[in-house]
Amino acid sequence: MSEIKTIGVAGCGTMGAGIAIVAARAGFRTVVYDTRQEALDKSLQQTRDFFAKSVQRGKMTEEKMAAAVDKLVVTTSLDGMGECDLVIDAVFEDLKVKHDLFTRLDKVCPSHTIFASNTSTLSITEIAAGSGRDDRFVGMHFCLPAQLMKLVEMSPGLNTTEETFTKAWAACEAMGQRPVKTKDNPGFILNYFLIPYNNDAIRLVEAGVAAPADIDRAIKEGLGYPMGPLELLDLIGLDTQLLLCEAMYGITNEPRAACPPLVKRMIAAGHLGRKSGRGFYTYEGNAMFGS
Amino acid sequence: MTYSIIDTGNSRSFPTTHPLLEGASGEGDVILLIGEKAGEALAKVVNADHKAAILIELGSECLGEHTGESRAGEGSNILGFARFRLGDGDPSNLVELVRQPNTPESAINAAKAILEGAGLKVAVCFDFAGRIIDRLVRPYYNAALRRLDEGLATADDMDLTLKLGLGYPEGPIALLERTGLAHHFDVTQAMFDAYGESPYAPARRARVAKARAQKKAG
Repeated sequence: MSEIKTIGVAGCGTMGAGIAIVAARAGFRTVVYDTRQEALDKSLQQTRDFFAKSVQRGKMTEEKMAAAVDKLVVTTSLDGMGECDLVIDAVFEDLKVKHDLFTRLDKVCPSHTIFASNTSTLSITEIAAGSGRDDRFVGMHFCLPAQLMKLVEMSPGLNTTEETFTKAWAACEAMGQRPVKTKDNPGFILNYFLIPYNNDAIRLVEAGVAAPADIDRAIKEGLGYPMGPLELLDLIGLDTQLLLCEAMYGITNEPRAACPPLVKRMIAAGHLGRKSGRGFYTYEGNAMFGS
Repeated sequence: MTYSIIDTGNSRSFPTTHPLLEGASGEGDVILLIGEKAGEALAKVVNADHKAAILIELGSECLGEHTGESRAGEGSNILGFARFRLGDGDPSNLVELVRQPNTPESAINAAKAILEGAGLKVAVCFDFAGRIIDRLVRPYYNAALRRLDEGLATADDMDLTLKLGLGYPEGPIALLERTGLAHHFDVTQAMFDAYGESPYAPARRARVAKARAQKKAG
């Protein structure tokens, strides 16, 4: 197997675009694939803007920026992924969509290419099972926003070889990230703890233990967390929390992962969080008012 | 607003000197009962009805045990409070202030004025076992201990993940080691008794730590 020089990113939503920035910034030739040309154009523009800001802040030199931009290519053709040594999937969190992508990638990519998935809740072993190369498949979960967060949760599937995992781990470190090893477990480490904890906070509101602002203040002041759970939920979005819960509860049957009924009522009422201007708090511009 | 303190000794909220203790006067509009037997000292308060607020330091018990309860109509000028503190760690700056359904706003505001005046932050909650923070973090700490047994990741990687990924100042395993796993057992056992729900049941590693501590104490 040859060493990893070219990294492919499939899907250029927020996550994929961020991963592409990480790879190109570290000097990898980076190929970003998406079926939507306008999404690719937008992400290229955002990448340039991000690098320009990095230069302004003195975190990157002009030369490095030019080199990084140079390393990045975008394509709407899957054939463009044929030269990649590692392909990271950042497409929609749906097992069928991912199986379809990897089945096609398996035909395009040489046998040494390692496949990775940035899934946050699906099973790596299950995604790998439909890839045609489950021995050369790893979980590689970046945190949002990938270009600012160092952490990557890496997990082998049941059939992943030691060699594949070691090579993907080395590539992750070469990207300047901090990998941690975890099992192929729904939510890996971060979401495995966060989703039930956030649900517990919603249940405290439901049970009338305290108001959202009091709960958030207690957690921030008492424990030194940067955000309270209800502020965080407003940022994540209640609709997203519902999807995360359904995915995690569907696999684990863990009662704390089950979505509290209040979430569905809030979604029905349009209280999605920051994006709709109201969640556990109401928002006007950037100001926050406790509700 | 002035306040006086009745100190029954061994306060978990105020183990050392603090501006709140120093600012007390002989006779006050608000009375603070602190220490292990704070609840029992309620009987010593004279003219209780005429005080703006009376604050009882709570352990793991409910305020209602000292004030009585009545068809969700309970509530008077008597409130409960506890400064949040993990095990043997230093007390935080956060005070959980316990009210009841009919506690008048004037009493809550008087209590807040005294506590905030001494530089503390206040979160108001109703009278439930574990109040806010313990109810939220103990199931998470238990989950971390159980995941460690299941080999989800190493203790260091688990701690690092939560620090890097969520900005927590300390990971759960290091935090429990620092503040005392046996204390985590005591808190979770009390909450498990109260709620009977498995997320509160003390994790195996906390149970082991408690048993070892008891053995050592003879």
